Amino acid sequence: MTTVQHISAGRRVKDRLAQGLVYLAFALAVVPLVSVLWLVIKNGLARFDTEFLTHSMRNIGARDAGGGAYHAIIGTLEQVLLASLIAVPIGLLTAIYLTEYGNGGRLSRAISFFVDVMTGVPSVVTGLFVLAFWILFLGMPFSGLAGALALAILMMPTVVRSAEEMLRLVPNDLREASYALGVAKWRTIVKVVLPTAFTGIVTGVMLAVARVAGETAPLLLTVFFTDSINSDPFNGPQMGLPLYVFDQAGRPNDTAIDRAWTGALTLILIVMLLNLVARLIAWWRSPAKGR
Amino acid sequence: MTTDVRTRGGGPATRRSASRRSHGEAPFRFAATGAGILLLVIMAAIAVFLISEAVPALQANKGSFFTELTWEPNGSQVFGIAALAFGTVLSSAIALVIATPVAIGVALFISHYAPRRMAGPLGYLVDLLAAVPSVVYGLWGVAFLVPLLKTPSEWLNAHLGWFPLFAGEGAIGGKTMLAGGVVLAIMILPIIAAISREVFLQTPKMNEEAALALGATRWEMIRMAVLPFGRPGVVSAAMLGLGRAMGETIAVALIFPATFDITFEILTPHGNSIAANIANGFGEATPIGRGALIASGLVLFVITLLVNMAARMIINRRKEYARSGA
Repeated sequence: MTTVQHISAGRRVKDRLAQGLVYLAFALAVVPLVSVLWLVIKNGLARFDTEFLTHSMRNIGARDAGGGAYHAIIGTLEQVLLASLIAVPIGLLTAIYLTEYGNGGRLSRAISFFVDVMTGVPSVVTGLFVLAFWILFLGMPFSGLAGALALAILMMPTVVRSAEEMLRLVPNDLREASYALGVAKWRTIVKVVLPTAFTGIVTGVMLAVARVAGETAPLLLTVFFTDSINSDPFNGPQMGLPLYVFDQAGRPNDTAIDRAWTGALTLILIVMLLNLVARLIAWWRSPAKGR
Repeated sequence: MTTDVRTRGGGPATRRSASRRSHGEAPFRFAATGAGILLLVIMAAIAVFLISEAVPALQANKGSFFTELTWEPNGSQVFGIAALAFGTVLSSAIALVIATPVAIGVALFISHYAPRRMAGPLGYLVDLLAAVPSVVYGLWGVAFLVPLLKTPSEWLNAHLGWFPLFAGEGAIGGKTMLAGGVVLAIMILPIIAAISREVFLQTPKMNEEAALALGATRWEMIRMAVLPFGRPGVVSAAMLGLGRAMGETIAVALIFPATFDITFEILTPHGNSIAANIANGFGEATPIGRGALIASGLVLFVITLLVNMAARMIINRRKEYARSGA
């Protein structure tokens, strides 16, 4: 053999074909994203005004134009904040248990497995659970807090996973240096491990928040509907922005559909903003980049 | 990973001298362990309370819960899960059939075709699909996808109508199983693509280079080295996607026409799912109706739990395999 053998035409065609299909698949995946964003922006901008952002739906008749989503935005912000206050400490502590205390024992393996399984629990089921436990069994009223509980259950596994990943990235040398100075284990975790992993954990939490901020199904079953402003998440029905979009989209009038689109635009802006900030923090203080 | 300096108890080796200062150790350790156990308790509580709230409704049921098609827990108290479960499975199956090949293509594109520097941002673009809220997909599906699918549906029905899935008479297109399936496919695409991408990237470089050194083209290298290595990962990714599709609620609640029957005609306006029925039926549910919806949610929980556990077991087995040096 003196020359490099040429690739036969058949194989070359197959290679090109596969490449074409792979590129096509990627294009196919991007088309819906562009289409969704385009449609939401186009249809949403019509009502994206100060009235929408500062007024509720109180006293807005079925066919009336006008009205807004102020009550829903307030509700979403409060519910997501409450959910984070519940989910972040529990999730973070679980991650600490898994990385620092678990030592791969049976309990830690069980927890780790069920955290994975928990990420797959449908959001509507967490809503049903809060309905069954909190509202029907304990007799609590529909409220923003009930919605926050459902969202917190959805957030927990995401927070655990991302925090665990970040804690594992902390070099063992740091822990050992701290131990060598006679620092107790829990103080090592609080003063050395957590600060090192801090930005990564913040990123994970924000991604989790972005995920639950757009959830409708659990809210539907737990916060109920209202057209009025209720800024107290512990008393009475509240609204959430995703729920608002669902509610308006189900009404037959064009004015309601317009509000639904604008609500969708607002929701996407909030979620994307959270996402973007999270990625920026991750990129800015990436542990892999610094070394 | 370096080995830890630890005593058998898992604490630092300087236990004796630290004992004075470590009075916070026990509570902290207790809190961390407690949080982990709380997660297990929540999972168990979901099952327990769904069952306990479903039982009264199931006892009041005048039909057979598993075979009955109708869903009238508020009025005649005859309700069954059959049509809903069928709709859930069929729409998820459609989604899976559409999403898996595209997701594998996307994963290969990011892992092996795209220029290195572009791979990260392009992958992020696909991840953004997952960031779009479910309700927005529902709006988009009704306003854009449903009209878009009308003509292709009619064409399929006219030319391939002998195929049971494309059969049907009367109204073709509109709010159909197909439309719901396509929206679900878009929603589960990112998760399947993301996991497949991770697995493909784990393919041992040696195998890939060996294939290329033997004169394989890029596609032959992928077929011989990457795909066989990644198959278990792709299978479990698809199963996770299936679990997502079955539990997806609001998008399909807006798209499906909420019919209660069993038909394979995905081009005619039929369709419903357990999750969609919960979202649509909750507003006017009586106490028995709520119990019935909780019972249907329990079925959904059990199905998705089984699918997810199976998928996780496949992934976890793979992890050990990968760690042992393969």
